[in-house]
Amino acid sequence: MKTSQKSLSRMRLSGLIKKEIRQILRDPSSIGIAFFLPVILLIIFGYGVSLDAEHVPLGIVIEQPSPEANDFVSGFKDSEYFDPVFFRSIQEAENALIQRRIMGIVWTRNDFARQVLKGKEAPVGVIVNGVDANQARIVEGYITGVWMKWLVSYARSHGLDIMAPVEVKHRIWFNSAVRSRNFLVPGLIAVIMTLIGGMLTSMVIAREWERGTMEALLVTPVRVKEIILGKVIPYFFLGMGGMTLSVFISIVIFHVPFRGSYLALGFASALFMLTAIALGLIISTAAGSQFVAGQIAIVITFLPAFMLSGFVFDINSMPFPIQVITHIVAARYFVSILQSLFLAGNIWPIYLVNCLWLAVMALIFFLIIKKKSHKRLV
Amino acid sequence: MLRRILALTIKEFIGILKNKKSRMVLILPPVAQIIVFGYAATFDLKDVPVAIYNEDNGEISRQIVARFQGSKVFHIIGNLESNGQIAPVINLKKALIVLHFHKNFSKDMAKGATGKLQVILDGRNSNTALIALNYVHTILSKFNRKWMHQNRNIRIPARLVVRSWFNRMLDSHWFIIPGIVALLTIVVTLEVTALSVAKEREAGTFDQLLVTPMTPFEILVGKSLPGLIIGLIEGTFIIFVTCFWFEIPLRGSLLVLYSGLFTFLLSAIGIGLMISSISLTQQQGLMGAFMFLVPSVVLSGFATPIANMPRLVQELTLLNPMRFILVIVRSVFLQGAGFNLLWTQYVPMALIGIVSLAIAGFLFKRRLY
Repeated sequence: MKTSQKSLSRMRLSGLIKKEIRQILRDPSSIGIAFFLPVILLIIFGYGVSLDAEHVPLGIVIEQPSPEANDFVSGFKDSEYFDPVFFRSIQEAENALIQRRIMGIVWTRNDFARQVLKGKEAPVGVIVNGVDANQARIVEGYITGVWMKWLVSYARSHGLDIMAPVEVKHRIWFNSAVRSRNFLVPGLIAVIMTLIGGMLTSMVIAREWERGTMEALLVTPVRVKEIILGKVIPYFFLGMGGMTLSVFISIVIFHVPFRGSYLALGFASALFMLTAIALGLIISTAAGSQFVAGQIAIVITFLPAFMLSGFVFDINSMPFPIQVITHIVAARYFVSILQSLFLAGNIWPIYLVNCLWLAVMALIFFLIIKKKSHKRLV
Repeated sequence: MLRRILALTIKEFIGILKNKKSRMVLILPPVAQIIVFGYAATFDLKDVPVAIYNEDNGEISRQIVARFQGSKVFHIIGNLESNGQIAPVINLKKALIVLHFHKNFSKDMAKGATGKLQVILDGRNSNTALIALNYVHTILSKFNRKWMHQNRNIRIPARLVVRSWFNRMLDSHWFIIPGIVALLTIVVTLEVTALSVAKEREAGTFDQLLVTPMTPFEILVGKSLPGLIIGLIEGTFIIFVTCFWFEIPLRGSLLVLYSGLFTFLLSAIGIGLMISSISLTQQQGLMGAFMFLVPSVVLSGFATPIANMPRLVQELTLLNPMRFILVIVRSVFLQGAGFNLLWTQYVPMALIGIVSLAIAGFLFKRRLY
């Protein structure tokens, strides 16, 4: 009798799973969370989230029109990065900058032509709106690019020997077109699936306590382990379904290249889904009531995955203590796995280290759940 | 009427603060998150790992390497011996950049020809790669300019004199941290409001509330006040940390800032209560809160600019109160902007607030399904 109680009973487990599936089917919000939500979020975010500045409104001030100034400025007109707006005085341009109508100013003064012709390093004023520092820096880089192109063509047409002493040829591996979407979309999958896992399971145990159905379960021979597994298994498959859809959308709609192995992706996704679901169950067990569980889920699932996973903010740029903290965010490992699998291919050392971390986290989470769950009245 | 509203507000506060766990959730995470996120959220690079593959080993290439060594942005992790070592170093993320000096680099330059330098970057995070590349260009164009002047006595026809307004050092913390004020405020407000009606619906106490002499308007005010008060207190705390811990300059007036915060809270509370009164269960309320919170953070311009979005998505963001408060907070902090520059941001938030509050009040007595 004792041994049969200790081990898992397939009959009891399948009964619990059936009950959970029925509950999922009757309140379709879970299915909505697992299938529609990732699709909708990924599509909106995939289109909406980009760090590539294009058509930046750029103010151009020509104090004194001249062939040289026009030649210099034409580079900005031809560039796909800029939508130039012309001003006759710097004051007008500065006002536009303050009113956020333009992102930056390129300012050629009235003696520009004279100084250029004399070879006197005519100073061209560049002002960028530093409120968004990252964009400002990218715009500054684009402006520098236009200026360097102009230097080369000016030198060529004037027979000057100002070929750059050092010529830089750069190659950006894995993402040669420098499309930020290629790394943001895989990161989004990790953020979205963190949410889905948390939303699916953060309320399921608290709900049983609150509605009194847990007490009904307590008087049955069901074991704690079986209750937990009965919750994990159905939601795990729901979550994996959403994950599959997300990967499909990334590749088919957003044309993010996938260079790794699908099998490796599937395995890592399963590990990650386990951590996400386990986190939700911990919240649910610890909170006691759905109200508190909901509050905790809002605070500890989305924001850490958004800010600390390396999905937009590079973890290597964070101060060391913060880098240490990021290790408790499961999404961090999954983002790293996804970015490598999608863009670089099977880089096994990176893949295995991150999978190991995910496995360790899943294990710890389930141990916590087991410790926190009890089969008695509080 | 005031007495009734007050009584409901007090009851709401007790409901929120009575439970110890619930109290902790409201207080601890915002405190921890403003500090952690404040440090974490940066686009600035430091200690970028660089590997050198120097086939030249001449004087000039060593000079250039020294310039990279002297820069705070880069950190040289070592030298590569062969072409075959480049791929593993980049693949395993040991280096973000490999600088490859070709053979005869120094000799070519001494002859007056162009020295060829290949820069290989890990593009898995293309934003990081792009910014790192810009730093490389900055170092090399300084070197080029000095070299031309010293060795060939040539000056370039025009040079750029770059200044950045409002954030002289282009420190991206100055951009992100004021944004966290809005981010954490909306999270806290939703926590307080999004489940408040749904919880009572599920427990059946909301029906009891409806048969009291309270009008839906009074219920609405009573349910809104806790969110408003808690939001203002936590918002103030976060603004305080932003100013005094992170030392972000607050150049504008507090009146402009708080008018923005107040309008923003109104719209967030309205949406929170609207979600709550549509939901039949707390699970649905939570789902609604996420459905609103996540897109409104991701598509707010908090981390990635709205200007980069496709037109359709940009128009969608006009329904997002966070979009407007971010402009207000950042402009007040960094630019010292006043009402004359910002009034276009207040109006949409106020409209969103009024409409959503009205819908929430309307739905108290009538259920959608």
